[in-house]
Amino acid sequence: MKKFFEKIFQSKVWRSIFRHGLPVSNRTRAEAVFYNFFLHVHPTKVRKRSLKFTYTWGLGGLSVGLFIVLVFTGALLMLYYRPSVAQAYWDMKDLQFVVSSGQFLRNMHRWAAHAMVAIVFLHMMRVFYTGSYRPPKEFNWVIGVMLLVITVLLSYTGYLLPWDQLSYWGISVGTNMVRSVPFGIGDKISFLLLGGNSVGENALVRFYVLHCFIIPVAAMVLMGIHFWRIRKDGGV
Amino acid sequence: MKEKDFHLEDSSNAKKPPKRVAFIKARTAARVKKEDEEMVMTVPNLVGREVIAFEIMVIILSVISLFFNAPLEWIANPEHTPNPAKAPWYFLGLQELLHYFPPIVAGVILPTLVVVALIVIPYFRINQKQEGFWKEDRQKTLMIFLAAVGILSVILFLFDVYAMLIPTWIMTGMILAPYFSKKEDGIIGWLGSRSLSWWVMTWFVVIVVILTTIGILFRGPEWSWTWPWHEIY
Ligand code: HEM
Repeated sequence: MKKFFEKIFQSKVWRSIFRHGLPVSNRTRAEAVFYNFFLHVHPTKVRKRSLKFTYTWGLGGLSVGLFIVLVFTGALLMLYYRPSVAQAYWDMKDLQFVVSSGQFLRNMHRWAAHAMVAIVFLHMMRVFYTGSYRPPKEFNWVIGVMLLVITVLLSYTGYLLPWDQLSYWGISVGTNMVRSVPFGIGDKISFLLLGGNSVGENALVRFYVLHCFIIPVAAMVLMGIHFWRIRKDGGV
Repeated sequence: MKEKDFHLEDSSNAKKPPKRVAFIKARTAARVKKEDEEMVMTVPNLVGREVIAFEIMVIILSVISLFFNAPLEWIANPEHTPNPAKAPWYFLGLQELLHYFPPIVAGVILPTLVVVALIVIPYFRINQKQEGFWKEDRQKTLMIFLAAVGILSVILFLFDVYAMLIPTWIMTGMILAPYFSKKEDGIIGWLGSRSLSWWVMTWFVVIVVILTTIGILFRGPEWSWTWPWHEIY
């Protein structure tokens, strides 16, 4: 058995995909990180202190994890959801009662979204209380604040999509708040967001595009900078 | 600033690959500084932990999703306003503020101030020395502190914001305790070692949690006080 696997790991095809051998020596362990597209966000070595669970509480990592779950479940939800007033609500009903595991899919997306808002806030608190925003990490903290705002906006734009009473009035409360920005600017912003003066068809499409494309892309770009900066600033 | 120990020659011709020469002055030895912190390999130490944490998270989410369904109420009806109409939970702190202050204050000024305050944290040498609140000129600190709390209290009192006033006073007591007691250890000593920025952030978090909790659990029709065992809206 062991021989068999060794043969596979040594084979030409395997080695063309993974250039390094099994991570059994420190050299191959380092290679496993920097020859791998996904792992190379990491340095090959990390501080022992920063691995202690009670230092980061894994909160930044969990934020990423939740984001991955949300992208995955969100893409599947998009297969069944149409952003129009006539269909949105009934598509949700179909997800609940017709699509196999549709309810489960929706639940996962919903709870992960709520959790992400809370976890990102907790991550900010951990960074503050460990004083990890001090130079040279100042700007990464600023990127973080942007990520916090983005996370809330992601969650909030998704809130309208089911088109039930909860969504409709939840969004109305928020856009009314936006209207209170003075000098008529609030009305302008609110009109731009809703594509009109009230929450309707246009608002649904706009929130859909924001929720499924514009804000997630912005989040991914900012996360990319966030992680890159962590390394440039000398690691956690 | 300290004079650099070395000098890098810059090349300016973009068409030629640059040759860089470092002149190392006599008083520095050209040797590699040793890592002073203990390091471990990323594979398996960090990556292993990440995989396990992710798996535990997915399991917990799955279990929750099996037992609790995402809410779906009746189809949106612009004619029928629910009472109360609530935003999602993370905005209920703001909505609670809207109950006390005029919309321009609660909906625009305060949120903007919070975001700006968060952004400037690393730029104002905040908490960088992490010195205790009473470390410097005690008399002056006391005066400024009492004035600030006084002004804040008057505002909160005028707008009937007891949900913020009471925690503010409790925390004021916690800040003042080490001023009057000379104890250096125990709880008093610990409180005394907290810095100004620590108190500001902690106050902010406490207020956010209290306002959000009130918004979620204790508000019913017309945004009136409603006990959660009565009904949750
Ligand atoms: C979508 C949201 C976010 C994601 C996915 C994220 C992800 C991460 C990850 C994976 C780390 C590595 C260390 C750790 O796990 O704690 C980290 C560190 C850091 N984060 Fe975030 N973060 C987010 C939001 C924020 C926010 C809201 C702030 C602060 C306002 C922030 C500030 C920082 C800083 C300063 C570090 C460096 C900490 C250190 O070196 O100890 N991040 N982030």
